[in-house]
Amino acid sequence: MTQLALVIDLNVCVGCHACVTSCKQWNTSGAAGPLFDDNPFTKDPTGTFFNRVQTFEIGQFPNTETLHFPKSCLHCEDAPCVPVCPTGASYKREQDGIVLVDYDKCIGCKYCSWACPYGARELDEQQQVMKKCTLCVDRIYDESLPEAERKPACVLACPTNARLFGDVHDPASEVSEAIREEGGYQLMPEWGTKPANHYLPRRKTRLRIHEDELARVDNPLKKEDIRHETSTDITLDDWLM
Amino acid sequence: MHPAFSVIFLTTLIGAGQGLFLALFSGQTYSAVNLLPAQHSSFYIIGSLLAVALLIGGLAASFFHLGHPERAWRAASKWRTSWLSREVIVLPIAMGLVFFYGLFHWINWEVDLFGNQLPHQVTLMIGALASVAVFLLYLCTGMIYASIKFLQEWASPLTVINYLLLGGASGFTLATALAAYNAPTLVGFYGGWAIILTVSALVTRVLSLYRNANIKAVSSVQTAIGIRHNRVQQKAMGMMGGSYNTREYFHGKTAAFLKSIKYIFLVLVFPIPVILIAAGMSADSIVLLALAFVVQYIGLMFERWFFFAQANHPQNLYYQTI
Repeated sequence: MTQLALVIDLNVCVGCHACVTSCKQWNTSGAAGPLFDDNPFTKDPTGTFFNRVQTFEIGQFPNTETLHFPKSCLHCEDAPCVPVCPTGASYKREQDGIVLVDYDKCIGCKYCSWACPYGARELDEQQQVMKKCTLCVDRIYDESLPEAERKPACVLACPTNARLFGDVHDPASEVSEAIREEGGYQLMPEWGTKPANHYLPRRKTRLRIHEDELARVDNPLKKEDIRHETSTDITLDDWLM
Repeated sequence: MHPAFSVIFLTTLIGAGQGLFLALFSGQTYSAVNLLPAQHSSFYIIGSLLAVALLIGGLAASFFHLGHPERAWRAASKWRTSWLSREVIVLPIAMGLVFFYGLFHWINWEVDLFGNQLPHQVTLMIGALASVAVFLLYLCTGMIYASIKFLQEWASPLTVINYLLLGGASGFTLATALAAYNAPTLVGFYGGWAIILTVSALVTRVLSLYRNANIKAVSSVQTAIGIRHNRVQQKAMGMMGGSYNTREYFHGKTAAFLKSIKYIFLVLVFPIPVILIAAGMSADSIVLLALAFVVQYIGLMFERWFFFAQANHPQNLYYQTI
């Protein structure tokens, strides 16, 4: 079985919002209609987005660290938003595990968003249907695009390559390898939703130098100093000279 | 959560309508076995009309909650998994059966279904089916909220019990007022049960308030973003003008406001109606009994507002600051 997902590397995300804007650009231009915007250029701009970059401060000044945290639908393997939908508009695809909303069946009752602990779903105020990340399903299978571009818009836009895309069920894929080898984790694992998207933790690169490495106990130069005094006995060298 | 008036009206109106029907039908079954004096059919006709009107009012209110009400019929399709879908199926069934219950009282059609010569067998059978539907409807309405495990304030059997008892209490209070108007011999029976149901609802509602006051959140900002540090503060939520996430999940009121709503509903739903029912029964006053229902219904709207506002969604962990 295939489960497409994103792996987001928090260690290299710089919080530039390129994934947010590229996502909005691609998904507001598609066949599903625009993503609503209200007051986009004035006070209190609001609108529908599939992806947000949030910022958290960890620790207390002066020992703080800034975390930029991109958040979109996690395409849970046990998606709690799907069974609660009364119309079947919300569904999880068998073939690739993408969680989608059929905008023609959605009645806008908001019940699915109540059943999502991550707040990944947003009601479009104009179309009055629930919207969410589609993993750019209209792009990743588009054979008119060059193969390298058959990826979600956010992945292509990320300037630091913080977003990886692939099949997390294929143990040999780039994303599985990253999760396995770089400590990929899931959000709110306590609810058992099994999010397909994973996050790679922030990793400090530290040079660990032990005292012994600065002052080696077996330093050959030091060994000279602890040698016994030079012998005055006649040695073989004296005979040969 | 942000309380939506459509859902407040839906749940309070259908709750009262269902309770009123249960009151009518229990009155009829008691009189069928001669525990209560038999009533003229007009009492059941007016009563079930009133119950159907309350159910229709609730259904109409629910449409205001939908973004696409014209597609509401689709909501009947996923009854295998969705309690909302089950409610969408059971509500019209209950409504139809209550309507037929009143209709058959009106046309007074007598058939000896069981060959025992007892009167009103048709309405008793329809009423029995309607009671099943009404109880299922209480279950569906409660489970819509109780089945979402993320909303810990709701994810408890107490939610279903409260919907049943609060709806039942308001329905029996209304039945008491109706009996004072049309069936004076039943005032004592309905008034007594209205008080019993109101007091039971007080017990279970206070239990749920106590449970919610001591609730321990499963998720924290640490599990939400996966950072293990005691001090994590959000600095930006990714937008400045708010979004669906901030509009739908925050009531935007102060803790003091919330607390005052709690005390308002605790007074309006429980002690005042009980006093008014007792006074109305002893003074034989239809005005006091009708007032008991009006006060209790208004109180239930406060109660429902508080029920929604009190629920704290884990998604709020991602929306702590602009």
